[in-house]
Amino acid sequence: MAFVVLKNLTYLYPTSEKPVLRNLSFHIQEGEFVAVVGPNGAGKSTLCYALAGFVPHFFKGEISGEIEVNGRKSSESTLDEWVLNVGLAFQNPFNQISGAKYTVFEEIAFGLENIGVPREEMKKRVEDAMSLTGIGDLADRSPYSLSGGQQQRVALTSILVMRPRLLVLDEPTSQMDPIGAREVFGVVRKMAEEGMTVVMVEHKVEWIANFADRVIALKEGQILLEGSASEVLTSEALVENGFGVSRYTSAAREAKKKGLWKKERLPVTLDEAAEGFNLTRNA
Amino acid sequence: MKIAIDKLHFTYPIGLEALKGISLVVEPGEQVAIVGQNGAGKTTLARHLNGLLKPTSGSVFIGDWETTKFSTAKLAARVGYVFQNPDEQLFSRDVVTEVSFGPRNLGYAKGKVDELVERAMALTELNGKAEANPYDLSPAWRKMVALASIIAMDTPIVIFDEPTTGQDAVNVARIAHVISELKREGRTVVVITHDIDFCAENFERVIALSQGRVLLDGSTREVLGQEDILAQTYVEPPQLTRLGKRLGLKETVTTQEEFIKSLA
Repeated sequence: MAFVVLKNLTYLYPTSEKPVLRNLSFHIQEGEFVAVVGPNGAGKSTLCYALAGFVPHFFKGEISGEIEVNGRKSSESTLDEWVLNVGLAFQNPFNQISGAKYTVFEEIAFGLENIGVPREEMKKRVEDAMSLTGIGDLADRSPYSLSGGQQQRVALTSILVMRPRLLVLDEPTSQMDPIGAREVFGVVRKMAEEGMTVVMVEHKVEWIANFADRVIALKEGQILLEGSASEVLTSEALVENGFGVSRYTSAAREAKKKGLWKKERLPVTLDEAAEGFNLTRNA
Repeated sequence: MKIAIDKLHFTYPIGLEALKGISLVVEPGEQVAIVGQNGAGKTTLARHLNGLLKPTSGSVFIGDWETTKFSTAKLAARVGYVFQNPDEQLFSRDVVTEVSFGPRNLGYAKGKVDELVERAMALTELNGKAEANPYDLSPAWRKMVALASIIAMDTPIVIFDEPTTGQDAVNVARIAHVISELKREGRTVVVITHDIDFCAENFERVIALSQGRVLLDGSTREVLGQEDILAQTYVEPPQLTRLGKRLGLKETVTTQEEFIKSLA
């Protein structure tokens, strides 16, 4: 039994005229790290909201089909029950920071306080989570005094500290510096190794290919392609449909036209590109 | 219009020293990208250019105006600032009212306002969306409305804070096109970005900040080729630069065109 099951999910926001998600179905196994890519307006954030229970419990609108996590149906649960299993980091960290806390440490402890975790355990969990995401030195700062990327790390940490079974991340590194973003991918990979199931919306295809198990390419609320990073992210269909691709892929595609790329499969990562272009240079 | 920053220090009221002696000059019509790790001081620096922040010590000149002597409202005629998050910027009922607000507020005659608005809307491909409420548009189009409303002010200097964040490939190309048009018009452009590939493909000069100081400042090729120094501020060279290095190419390549040429 898959840990996450979407069955024919169709969803229409209260004020919109056509559905944002259209008859969407997929399965995700426990501990799998799935990346979701797609152009603006593909329904990526809405999919995150659906997995996290905000659609339809908070946003209302018209929904059909089913969302199941760990054998429980979203339609038969309340949002309070649902969020104990599923954590969502919003696209804009500003929307997530509670505003009720003066320091980063207290902000991260906020969720644990709400579910009544004992004080000593809470302190330990917050410290562990902060060291995992590398924000120990921000503990006493006000969440509002931080840069965008730092706020994003705080938002992610405040979700990780809850130890959700399913972690849903909506562009969690969009405001981060490049090496910081790669580190966060590493942290998320580690959580997946430890059994957490991860769905991550991202544009950074190079890191998706290095860290995720599987990629879903979403377009107009439907799955355009699904499979390994190498299969999906090198597909010609992505370019035709306005998806971002790695510079390694586009350079190799161009080189191939000139006979300067000899392999069948195009590269997504630096290692794949270096291997293939070394063949060209040694030929 | 020229930007001249000399020994700029800035300390936030909470005691955090965000800028520790920045000196640099941006020449009229130059297009500069600022990169660096989160908390390096990029946004703090940019907010000194339109006077939202004033130096604790040192000076910032916009043309012949020192920012301490002019209000942000006055400086708005010289420096346009596109916020990272369009929702912090947009407030009007429809797109055309939003885009007209800036130039009207600067006191331009109606004929000139109309002309500027039309040009800005065309450049950002917002024609056909004039009557829409910005909040009914997707975040990607709201970003274009935010761009248009600043471009319409016809300022000689335009600052973009993280223009490509959360934008798909089509929209990133649209933003790159807007920046190249501003260059053609001779406007000075300063962009803050984490998108190093975008930076390599669209800018001739890059400044890397680290912990409130200038770490590197030079041509895109010079700066983005220095992997070890960039790592100090959590920045990596562009993908194709890293690939070129891995393959042992003699020259630093930053774009696809250069890379393919080096293979042949």
